[in-house]
Amino acid sequence: MKQVYTIVVFTENKIGLLNRVTSIFTQRHVNIESLSVSDSEFPGIHRFTIVIEQEQEKVEKIAKQIEKQVEVLKAYYFKDEDTVFQEIALYKVDLSTIDNKESLFQIIEDHGAIQNSTIGDLLIIEKTGHKKDTHALFEALQPYGIIAFVRSGRVSLSRYAASFSGHLEQFELHSKEIITNHN
Amino acid sequence: MELVNEQQNKAETSTTPMKITGAEAVIRSLIAEGTDLVFGYPGGAIMPIYDALYDFQDQLKHVLTRHEQGAIHAAQGFARVGDKPGVVFATSGPGATNLITGLADAKIDSNPLVCITGQVGSHLLGTDAFQETDVISISMPVTKWNFQVTKAEDIPGAIAKAFYIATSGRPGPVLIDITKDAQFAELDFQYKKCQGFRSYIPKPRLDFEKVEAAAGLINQAKKPLILFGQGVILSGAENEFKHFVEKTGIPAAWTLLGLSAMDTDHPLNVGMLGMHGNYGPNKLTNEADLIIAVGMRFDDRVTGDLSTYAKNAKVIHLEIDPAEIDKNVKTDVALLADAKEALHALTESVSPNEHSEWLAEFRSHDKIEQEKVIDNELRPTKEGMTMGEVIRRVNEHTNGDAVVVTDVGQHQMIATRYAKFKQTKSNVTSGGLGTMGFCLPAALGAKLSRPDREVVAVIGDGGFQMTLQELGTIFQTGAAVKVIILNNQFLGMVRQWQQLFFDKRYSSTELVNPDFVTITKGFGIEAQSVDARDNLDKGIEDMFTHEGPYLLEVIVEKEDNVFPMVPSGASVSDVRLS
Repeated sequence: MKQVYTIVVFTENKIGLLNRVTSIFTQRHVNIESLSVSDSEFPGIHRFTIVIEQEQEKVEKIAKQIEKQVEVLKAYYFKDEDTVFQEIALYKVDLSTIDNKESLFQIIEDHGAIQNSTIGDLLIIEKTGHKKDTHALFEALQPYGIIAFVRSGRVSLSRYAASFSGHLEQFELHSKEIITNHN
Repeated sequence: MELVNEQQNKAETSTTPMKITGAEAVIRSLIAEGTDLVFGYPGGAIMPIYDALYDFQDQLKHVLTRHEQGAIHAAQGFARVGDKPGVVFATSGPGATNLITGLADAKIDSNPLVCITGQVGSHLLGTDAFQETDVISISMPVTKWNFQVTKAEDIPGAIAKAFYIATSGRPGPVLIDITKDAQFAELDFQYKKCQGFRSYIPKPRLDFEKVEAAAGLINQAKKPLILFGQGVILSGAENEFKHFVEKTGIPAAWTLLGLSAMDTDHPLNVGMLGMHGNYGPNKLTNEADLIIAVGMRFDDRVTGDLSTYAKNAKVIHLEIDPAEIDKNVKTDVALLADAKEALHALTESVSPNEHSEWLAEFRSHDKIEQEKVIDNELRPTKEGMTMGEVIRRVNEHTNGDAVVVTDVGQHQMIATRYAKFKQTKSNVTSGGLGTMGFCLPAALGAKLSRPDREVVAVIGDGGFQMTLQELGTIFQTGAAVKVIILNNQFLGMVRQWQQLFFDKRYSSTELVNPDFVTITKGFGIEAQSVDARDNLDKGIEDMFTHEGPYLLEVIVEKEDNVFPMVPSGASVSDVRLS
């Protein structure tokens, strides 16, 4: 059965790795629903957060292929219930075209969004939430005329205490071992 | 052969830095890695490297092929029969893109290659400059690793890492793209071999509990079958493998790339797996109660229909690449390790055994195949010549000691089915990718790697014409390759499928061929054509007694088919004999 999985990948910070990771999805004709890349808590190590909708068996094989890349340290995959995740959305509206500004502000408040900034008559609204929440606000704002809309890729942390740091220690240990063995 | 006289590594692995150009650093780095032969083709963006090479010709020989695809296939052949990675030079743009087929071939067949491409100057990157192409992006899915160098000081480190990645773990091709300005700029050169880095674990650590679990399954099995692949050769585990097979008495069948890891006449070697493999191992896979897969990846050409594959068997998989575990066939015990180490441990843990009744089942299947297929192929009574009788005569001459290089198609299946091998690293063929045109340049590379060995290239008339320009390289190097064209005037394998599955609609498979003997003689290479059985022995004799390279064309029956055959998508036990 297809369901949403978040694949979390820790990599060295190298040019082209994004391409190498995404080509693994392309080769298997798998669409990426969302992707974000950032620093991680470890200096020099990047964290990829990739959301796909697939069968578990396929997700597992993709994760193994990702981990096989020589500059990838580790790839994990999670179901939604195993993670805490968020996305952020920004909406741009033109206040000069909106008569009932009070009702607009009320909608923003009701959705737990904030007025991020105003530039002249332009208002940027910011909403953090799951896709269904940011989408609900999108629908509510539509009658007011959305000039622009953007939603970020998912960011996600697992619910478990065990983390990548344990693995990282093993990797460091391993590379030290190799060097000792050869010397 | 003069070209590859074993030269000791003369290059100083310098401890004190010296000021040299990036181009010279490339050459010195290669020499420090023990490279003495490079295959390549010059061009604008790699000229500084070629210029630096000029001063090192006594330590680093260069083979100028006639096309970059020829260079990379030659490097594959070089790596497959020897113990060093193949090294390739190519220029930017078309030079680099001409490597792609070879990279893909080397990736899927796990050949260690280090390819170095020149690139336009770093200030021109992204400007669509003359002969600029984004080879890093293009080659990404077909390399184990690739890297672009834009600064001279990064060259030694990149090359060290390239050699380490190409040759360790599951080997594969790597590509280093070096901008022209980085080749011209100077650096303080100091070479240190790469000894590992944190994100890459080439050899997983063997889990001894799993060894015990595997041994338990092996000791209990009544109908176990070993499937061995190239992993045995890549880890240098031929002896460990032989001990394991002999101690357990288990019949062992090979994949296309596993061929030559074990003597083809060993009593426990039950033959080839898969689409055109032997009758016994295909039929009996579905009767086995235990499959022990060693260094192989359950390719679809081996397994046929997965939903009916080996359903009565538990599966033990010895494999170095974690991504291969459970990829195609579910494993009961995965032994993630280097094959040599895993086989050694497993052999210690298993009880001596024999499986004479089970083995007898293979022999009775062999008898059927012998009568229905093999006799007609090796000793035909019809007028037209078969590919198999040519291979039989090659065996008689080489006594199983030659390197046999094949292309792709019917001749490949016939040659690998019938060639005899006593030594490992003797079968060179394009397995996973099925690259027509592979054979001729790969045979050249193999001969330059092992000039002490007889190298026989067996090619179809179709594949020969894809890279025949490498006859020029064979002539220039004098490499004494023995080339046999099995000419059936068809793209035979495609024609066979058209006959069997497309209602004999021979769409674009018939070839009107040139005069191969005249062409070959035009390249300065001795050649003859044989079109009658009476002349075949003499033709083969002439070829092998000739001192230099030689081409023998044999006109074979036009519409012969290769059997046995597991039709595409069918179960292995539905293997057909006709």
